[in-house]
Amino acid sequence: MKIIYFDNNATTRTLPEVLKAMEPYFTESYANASSMHSFGGENKKAIENARRQVAALIGANPSELIFTSGGTEGDSTAIYSATNSYPQKKHIITSAVEHAAVLEVFKLFASKGYKVDFIGVDQYGRFDMESYKKFIDDQTALVSVMWANSETGTIFPIAEIAKIAHEHGALMHTDAVQAVGKIEVDVKKVDVDMLSFSAHKFHGPKGMGCLYVKQGTRFLPFMVGGHQEHLRRAGTENVPGIVGLGKAAEIAKETLHLYKEKVAPLRDMLEQGLTSKIKDAKVNGDISNRLPNTSNISFGYIEGESILMFLNEHGVCASSGSACTSDSLEPSHVLRAMGVPFQFAHGSIRFSLNKYNTKEEVELVISVLPEIVENLRAISPFHGPKTSVF
Amino acid sequence: MWDYTKKLMEYFKNPRNVGEIKDADGTGEVGSLVCGDALRLTIKVDKATDKIQDIKFQTFGCASAIASSSILTEMAKGKTLEEASKITNGDIAAELGGLPEEKMHCSVMGMEALEAAIKSYRNGGKPIVFEQNPNAHIVCKCFNVSEETIIKAIHANKLRTVDDVTHFTKAGGACGQCKGKIQEILDRVLACEVPASAPKPFASLNVVEKVKAVEKVLNEDIKPKLNLDGGSVELVDINGSTVTLKMLGMCGGCASAGFTLKSFIEKVLKEKVDASIEVKQA
Repeated sequence: MKIIYFDNNATTRTLPEVLKAMEPYFTESYANASSMHSFGGENKKAIENARRQVAALIGANPSELIFTSGGTEGDSTAIYSATNSYPQKKHIITSAVEHAAVLEVFKLFASKGYKVDFIGVDQYGRFDMESYKKFIDDQTALVSVMWANSETGTIFPIAEIAKIAHEHGALMHTDAVQAVGKIEVDVKKVDVDMLSFSAHKFHGPKGMGCLYVKQGTRFLPFMVGGHQEHLRRAGTENVPGIVGLGKAAEIAKETLHLYKEKVAPLRDMLEQGLTSKIKDAKVNGDISNRLPNTSNISFGYIEGESILMFLNEHGVCASSGSACTSDSLEPSHVLRAMGVPFQFAHGSIRFSLNKYNTKEEVELVISVLPEIVENLRAISPFHGPKTSVF
Repeated sequence: MWDYTKKLMEYFKNPRNVGEIKDADGTGEVGSLVCGDALRLTIKVDKATDKIQDIKFQTFGCASAIASSSILTEMAKGKTLEEASKITNGDIAAELGGLPEEKMHCSVMGMEALEAAIKSYRNGGKPIVFEQNPNAHIVCKCFNVSEETIIKAIHANKLRTVDDVTHFTKAGGACGQCKGKIQEILDRVLACEVPASAPKPFASLNVVEKVKAVEKVLNEDIKPKLNLDGGSVELVDINGSTVTLKMLGMCGGCASAGFTLKSFIEKVLKEKVDASIEVKQA
């Protein structure tokens, strides 16, 4: 069965060109990039070449980049660095809809006695700027707010949030894992102090990421015990991963325009097709300002995992914010923060496309999903005439 | 991706007995929209034989919730109410060829809905929602799970950890604030558990059983301690409840061997084997 992959916010396919660029660094050029021989020295050059490729993607200076093992490490590094660098400030701010890689670290700081504020969102998932302005003060060490939401694709006004953070002397970090490679992310235009992202979200390898740290920002390393990355991240360099990230960044920069020209129209076609054919289907998120590849739709009165299981029968890969698909037994914290009612939160499906998806794939999903929803509603006690005490 | 069995997927994709019996004799409901899963069972009962003539379900939930409900209707159909009320969540899970641990609560839901449906029939047919007992002591406020439900699940499924309880009852699965309380309940229940068969009094054992019982404690609890000081102990004889031991190694010539024998070895044997035991030095 052909796989129709609409789960690109979870991860993406590593491109063959990326794999090809990485390959020599396993069995041929395997030297430690820090070694004092030219066999290793060549790998150092490959790393620095990749650093330039990645820097070009986000408008940074190559020396401002630290290679990491992924988005999660970048997030932890940024948060610990900021709090350790300003130990007298005991207040940190984030949003209520962050990825767990940020949210859980903030909860940890709350349990360590920090004052932690989670800024809410409105029904469209938009950042509550007024409440943010009320909470921030001169004791705030760090503001960490995601660039774009992984579940709904809603984009936050990072430039404005950063400006306010700086007015209060706080550092600004953004988890840009979902934004980099899909929309323009340029640190020359948006003044953030730290920005983390991950290779596998834009067709690079898994286990590879990058943290941008603006020149002059106070920084303390998270991983210690080695001189690598100018003492900012210890550990032998993952040469193939770094080369793969570099190649993926180069391709992402060249093809970024496809998201606007091709992916967004496909996403819109999918969304319109489904919401016009299926009753009680509601789009979650800020449709006027979201990632071009993401569509989050709630199908009322049924449960997301069941929908995914039937889609899976057709080779369609997507994800859900339902309780049954998460580790916790509650539906998505993002949808709940938006106030999506339970009968819609449990039945939410996220479709996240990429630039290689086709019109035929979208058409197939539009043709199979209405029947799936209809069948599940026929089983559901919440749909149809009210005859019970529920 | 959950590791669902083929049978489970079959009952999910082609559920049996879907719907609602219009003039049902009993209706049982469990769960809610908030919880993310809910089940309604309607039953038709043959009054002469007390057998479940027909049973239909409606489920809001994941694949395992739908499959559990579906297979339950097949299991209950044709059974007397008495027989049907004995179906446990373990039976439902086993019939599906097993459920992922995190999904065990789906089978519990089936058992509870059936219990409610039978109760509804016996009370004249008015729909009954499982556990709306206002006196129930609710432990998990997120999912409205009572202490009684948790204790039942611990006993029936031999649960040992808070995570186990969450997998089977959902309690503690959302905000997690009640996890401490669940641990307390677990501690209390487990402390009360009696061993599968009460041990026979030492005096009534035959010689081989006596030797085995004493040797076991010597090997597991006593020798390792004596070994630390370079000593050991050997079983020489058992007469009635009198155990004769020979002290070995450093213990053999030790001035406090007698003290060790009485205050340590005899004490442990009394505690672990039988209170009637007396220890003698060979």
